[in-house]
Amino acid sequence: MTKIKRLVIKDIEKCVGCGMCMYACSRRKGEAGIDGSGILAVSLSGFERGATVIFCRACTEPPCAQVCPTGAMRAREGGGVIYHETECIGCGNCIEACTINAIFRRSNGKPAVCVHCGYCANYCPHGVLAYEEIEPEEFSRVVV
Amino acid sequence: MLTKVLYIDLSRYRYSVEDRRDLFEEWIGGTGVAVQLLKENMNPEIDPFDEESTIVFAVGPLNAAYPLASKTVAMFKSPLTLNIGESHAGGRTATSIANAGYGAIVITGKSKKPVYIVVNNDKVYFRDARVIWGIEDSLIVARIIAENEKGRGTRSVMRIGGAGERLVRYACVTTETYRHFGRLGLGAVLGSKNVKALVVNGRGSRKIVDRKAYREVYDEIFNLATESDAMKKYHLLGTAVNVKPLNEKKGLPVTNLKFTSSEYAEELSGESFAEIIGRRIACSHCPVACIHIAALRLPYENEPYFYKTLMLSYDYELIYALGTMLGMKRKEDFLKLLYRVEAYGLDAMTTGVCLAWATEALEKGLISEKDTIVKLEFGNSEAYCEAVKYLIHQPNEFYRILAQGVERASEVYGGKEFALAFGKNEMPGYHTGYAAHIGYLIGLRHSHLDNAGYSADQKMDSYPEPEQLVEKLMKEEQWRQVLSSLVVCFFARGVYKPDIVCRALRPVGMEIEEDELVERGKKIYFEKLRLKKAMGFNARELRVPERIFETETPHGKLNKDYIERAIEYFAGIVENC
Repeated sequence: MTKIKRLVIKDIEKCVGCGMCMYACSRRKGEAGIDGSGILAVSLSGFERGATVIFCRACTEPPCAQVCPTGAMRAREGGGVIYHETECIGCGNCIEACTINAIFRRSNGKPAVCVHCGYCANYCPHGVLAYEEIEPEEFSRVVV
Repeated sequence: MLTKVLYIDLSRYRYSVEDRRDLFEEWIGGTGVAVQLLKENMNPEIDPFDEESTIVFAVGPLNAAYPLASKTVAMFKSPLTLNIGESHAGGRTATSIANAGYGAIVITGKSKKPVYIVVNNDKVYFRDARVIWGIEDSLIVARIIAENEKGRGTRSVMRIGGAGERLVRYACVTTETYRHFGRLGLGAVLGSKNVKALVVNGRGSRKIVDRKAYREVYDEIFNLATESDAMKKYHLLGTAVNVKPLNEKKGLPVTNLKFTSSEYAEELSGESFAEIIGRRIACSHCPVACIHIAALRLPYENEPYFYKTLMLSYDYELIYALGTMLGMKRKEDFLKLLYRVEAYGLDAMTTGVCLAWATEALEKGLISEKDTIVKLEFGNSEAYCEAVKYLIHQPNEFYRILAQGVERASEVYGGKEFALAFGKNEMPGYHTGYAAHIGYLIGLRHSHLDNAGYSADQKMDSYPEPEQLVEKLMKEEQWRQVLSSLVVCFFARGVYKPDIVCRALRPVGMEIEEDELVERGKKIYFEKLRLKKAMGFNARELRVPERIFETETPHGKLNKDYIERAIEYFAGIVENC
């Protein structure tokens, strides 16, 4: 399988929940806010238990693409999806289909999904995110 | 620009939205707009617990657009001082409000039964809170609400604990576990309205005028925040770094300001707490992550090999108020008390000063153990933990009065000379010299953050005439009105200088020159001062506790005459504004 560059987690335990990544994602689309963000920073049942980020893990068989009725969401070679907003009818099937809840609904009803551009990694100040070329099987590796 | 104002009427369970571009263009946002909205929506002479009492939450043009712009301004009439209540909180408050599309939220009226309010983007819901009313631990309240409501990661859960329900006049509002609208009793005002929590969930964006300019100035701010020294103090040990130097200079209030240095300062220092940091947390859209969380590992009382781990955020003001001021000797003792204060949702600073006064009043025989129920003594954490419980449950007249603050308590029981309140607001942790104390007295919130007198003290070798010092402090406070209108964190004041603020405002749709920006801060300051006057403020009635003249500062002992001249000069400004 082709190796592609993608957004990876270097060490999730370092996440402070600042959400700089979220804001970067929408900013890349020319927005101030998080409407278009394909990544979400959350606390783990409250911040006393820490924080994490949720984004597309670049499945090689993405269920979200499988349930898209118009072909707006397509599987990308090497994992993850390519999304064409102009073909999207905003049915929300992809949002429902994602097992890890990594597709988000925008205010216009259409999905926001990480396309692994890596822009947000430039703004992660604490070494949680990086943009790297890796083998698909390496994607879920544990970092200690 | 964020120009929409959400009005929520608790008496009629209704809400409406108005575009108030007029207000945001003239008064920027945050503090500037909150002053106007409070003026429009509340009779300034009203009792803070009256049904018609109003709460304003306001954000500004930089929130959710730039890093370090993570604060919300809450403005209300304080039940503690019966004057302007203004406190600022971070967490996700500001980004949630801004991303929901609002510049401000105005809450009026009073619910007949306990409710919590949910603002979910463009909709508002009034939820039944009868079942959770009475849950005194604000963390538990938040967990329950979080289970019930949408918006994981994009919402802010601003709630009260037992203190707010029981109308302790310095009850705070807690959000995202570790952030607070801490001072001046917002929690009690919410409690008086039968509101257990305000949840705001926002997941929107706003358009940018000039994408390229936006990214450029964003990157400049981001780089300043992460690579320059501007935020270094907060990024490293945090504000707790102040403990050691203030102790060495004799500016650290110890045991109700009988002393200004302590042999236990080392134990309670930022360096010492750093040994037990469990993790760090950030406000939304802030790369600094200044929230330092200590992990307190405690064994079960009766079972071996069982432990619980409490995660408690600390900073300088907390270490001062619940630590040195109460003569704590070990950081574990301080953290145990902090845990109680946090759970009940009390303002830590006021609570510490009240307990310190009560301890000295007991020592001097002005009150007895019949009043305090437990024997309060400096350094006795267990006794203070008990006393905090009594502040909430108010089992006797003494605690009912102490729950109204140290000004009131000393009016009833005496001991005014060591009741450390300024403008009826309890003292912050700096006995650094004239600028700190004059700053508390003339600051419009009577907060050290109004004008940072403590910082001026530490930069000055000798003092100018008192009138000049007042002018200097007022000038700083006027600029801070700009910062709290944008709304950026005061910790980021080294990043957000006038030039960069003007450049940051352009891409979000606000054109303003530097001179005009500074002028705007001055205008907001005087608007706020006039509102303060309308609420009954008279600078000539300001009380100065004798204790501050008795205890050594880094500049030696303070002279009463100097402070009186400063007050007199300020009183003239107040009269003529």
